[in-house]
Formats: sequence, structure tokens, C-alpha cells
Amino acid sequence: MSEPKPQPSKSGESVGKTLLIALLVSLACSSLVASAAVLLKPYQIENQLLDIRRNILEVAGLLWTEGDINELFETIETRVVDLETGAYVDDVDPATFDALEAAKDPQLSVAVPPELDRARIGRRAKMGLVYLVRRDDAIQKIILPVSGYGLWSTMYGFISLEPDGNTVSDISFYEHGETPGLGDQIAKPRWRARWQDKRIYDESGALRIEVVKGRVPAGDPLAAYRVDGISGATLTGNGVTHLIRYWLGDHGYGPYLRALREGEGT
Amino acid sequence: MRSTAKRALFEPVIDDNPVTLHVLGICSALAVTTSLLPSLYMALALTSVAALANTAVSAIRKVLPSSIRIIVQMTIIASLVIVVDQLLKAFAYNMSRELSVFVGLIITNCIILGRTESFASSNPVGLSFLDGIGNGLGYSVILIIVASTRELLGSGTLLGITILPTVADGGWYNPNGLMLLPPSAFFVIGFIIWAVRSWKVEQVEKPEFRIHEVHRTEAL
Repeated sequence: MSEPKPQPSKSGESVGKTLLIALLVSLACSSLVASAAVLLKPYQIENQLLDIRRNILEVAGLLWTEGDINELFETIETRVVDLETGAYVDDVDPATFDALEAAKDPQLSVAVPPELDRARIGRRAKMGLVYLVRRDDAIQKIILPVSGYGLWSTMYGFISLEPDGNTVSDISFYEHGETPGLGDQIAKPRWRARWQDKRIYDESGALRIEVVKGRVPAGDPLAAYRVDGISGATLTGNGVTHLIRYWLGDHGYGPYLRALREGEGT
Repeated sequence: MRSTAKRALFEPVIDDNPVTLHVLGICSALAVTTSLLPSLYMALALTSVAALANTAVSAIRKVLPSSIRIIVQMTIIASLVIVVDQLLKAFAYNMSRELSVFVGLIITNCIILGRTESFASSNPVGLSFLDGIGNGLGYSVILIIVASTRELLGSGTLLGITILPTVADGGWYNPNGLMLLPPSAFFVIGFIIWAVRSWKVEQVEKPEFRIHEVHRTEAL
């Protein structure tokens, strides 16, 4: 390296000039940053929405066509549900309702009781979104948003259930910080495929679903409720168990699914 | 003039590489190189920030008071990085999620501040721009080599396309899990530095300290 050392500039040593330069540079930089942020905001919001919609379509099994995401998403019915009663709420617009934002508002959320909060959720919104895939008016898939703590951070995803409200169709995570190569397998097709046709509840309605450590042994009587773990990612697997059990339990979407089973879908 | 421009552009690629010779910018080289595609975006982001920061600093070098020059350089770099980050979020959303904090961390990448301080603050605008591109290229070359090695040996793919079918997918290749973890980037970069310095012996640093052979009787 043969560059000469920077010469102190002779003209810029007075305090006034130094302040003036600092001010001008700050002004130029802040207007650059501000205009970038403002001009690009609409694109960014659209991207986030598109990404979540893509995930919903994927877990609904509707993404096999290379169609426009927004157009495909129109075919899915989005409803707001009161989690405590399990009834639909019609005076809240599902298009603008954001459960993660609402969870931060004390008016719109409830604390998760500590004994139920193994997935470290903290607070959840009083209402939640459900996405319904219908064909000829009959429900084909029920898609529920889920979230909870894995090994490193909160994982956000969707689980889709068959119309019986019990059999798993698919599960996906669109945001997580699990270990690359190990825990991040939760978002990979190979592991997701192991969830297919697993059951959440047993005949008495008790939560049975769990991710086990290692493989589910052949002939396990509970095999219908047990999902193979990912080797090297036991804690991530436990996190998934906890969050699914919370969100499909009595404090989560349990009442809604029960109402759906009894009323056979409205 | 032509040859100076050429030197500013190409010298940082091998002869004066910021990663292998100066061992700068290692943090992001470890973090984003598990697969090739994010590395390409990272390389592009760093190169554009390096070129623009060099250009901006060089343009104001004559009026920049030396007492505040570092903070002014940091301000310029930080602003450019924010703009690049926002652009990625707007037009390459999935990639920006994958790169997460590492785009933001370009601010603290020593390559950028190193070039603005040691080159752009005492060289003309055009030359500084080329120097920024050149150093970005030097960083990119290393990033691409490391990422290709890691993705190929760690997942059996390149840019997501299967090259070595893995056992889990019914193939024959048993992927090397270490390659997906950060330490493997250290090993790969170490091998690259070893290879480059064996080829270009003049890059080998003189030992700062040499252990003398002490005669036995002397020691007693």
C-alpha cells in the first residue's frame, strides 16, 4: 500500500467551517435516508404481505400453479375469530386486522397464563385470524397462524388442518432464527411432509400431538400423534410441540375448532 | 493515468485483496456464505456501498476538516448502507430476510472505512470510485469462492441446483454439516490465504518475533 497519508486540509480548520460542513453532510445524508425510506415503503409493505400470503397459499396446498399470489389469495376466505368463544367476529375487517400488533395492545390482548406458556408467547390478541379454503361451500382446509419460541427466537408460521379440525395437512414457518442446517429444517419440505395426516387430538379431545426426539418407533400406539424429530434440533422440535399445543389448545384456537366440528362449518 | 486506473480497479482483486491480504471484512464473510445466492447479493451490496462511499468522500475531501473526517465518513457510509438495505427490502425481500442484520453491518465493515480513509480522502473522484469497485470485487471474489465451497460441500447444491445428490434425497453424497456452520468459513478462508500466499510469496508477512535457538549450556 503506497497511498499517501491523508493531508489535513488547510482550509477547513476553523470551528465555524467545521460546524458548517458537519451540518451540510448531516442534512444531505438525512434527506437521502428519509427519501429512500418514504419512497420505498409501499413496496416493502407489499412484499411483506405478499410473503405471508404466499406462505398461506403454500400451506393450503394451492401454490402449485404459477398464478398471481394476490389473485390466488382471493379464493381463500379470511375470517376473524374470538378465541375465547370460538365464534366468528364480523365487525372487524380481516383485511386490516393484525394479530401480532393487537397482541401489543393491552385493550385487545390477554396475557397467556404462565403454566400454559411453554412456547413463551407472553400475550396474545383476543381475536385471531383463520383462513378457510372452500370448494362448493364445503371447507377443504383450515389454516391457522401459529407462533412461539424455538431455540433462538420466536418462530412464526401456519398450520393447515383437514376439515375435521384434527388431521394435519401441512405446517410452514415463514420467519424463524433456528440454526442453519439443523433447526432450520422445520421450514424444509422434507420435515413438513412428516406432519401430513398426523392427528392433533385423541378421541377424548385431549392434545396429543408432539415432536419426538429421533424417529417415532415402528408400532408405537401413539404414532398417529407423533412426528419424527430433527436430529441435532431437539429443542427446536420441542418449541414446535409447545407452540402447536398452545395454539390448538383451549387457550388458543381449541374452542373455535370444537365449534367448527360440532357445527360442521359455517 | 490509464495504468493508475487499472491498478486501482484490479490490484485489490488478488495482489492487494482486502480479505486475504489485509484480513478485513471477515465477519460478514463468515455469516452469509452458507449458500451462494445471498453471498452474491451481499457482494453486490458491499461493492456498491464501497464505490459510492469512496466517491462521496473523495468529492468533499478538499473541504472536509480533518478533525471530523472519520465521523463524516461514517455518516456517509451509514446513510448509504441504510439506502441499500431499504432497496433490498423493497425489491429483493426474501434475500433481505436471509441476509438480515448483515447488510446493516456493512457499516462496520472495515473494508469500506479503510478505503475511504486511506484512499478516497486523498485521491480524485474517478480513481476513488474505481478503487471502491476494485475492493468490492476483491471481497466478492473471496465471498463467491467461500460460498461455492460451503454450499457445494454442505448441501450438495449450487444456487439451489443439485450438483451432488445427497443421501437424504436418495443420492450418494453425505453432506458435510460443518460446512454450514460459521467455523468452516474460517477454514476455507485460511486455505485461500495459504494458497494465495504460496503463489504470491511477497504477500507473506515478515514474522514479528522469531524464536532463537538457545544453546543448552547458555540456558543453564
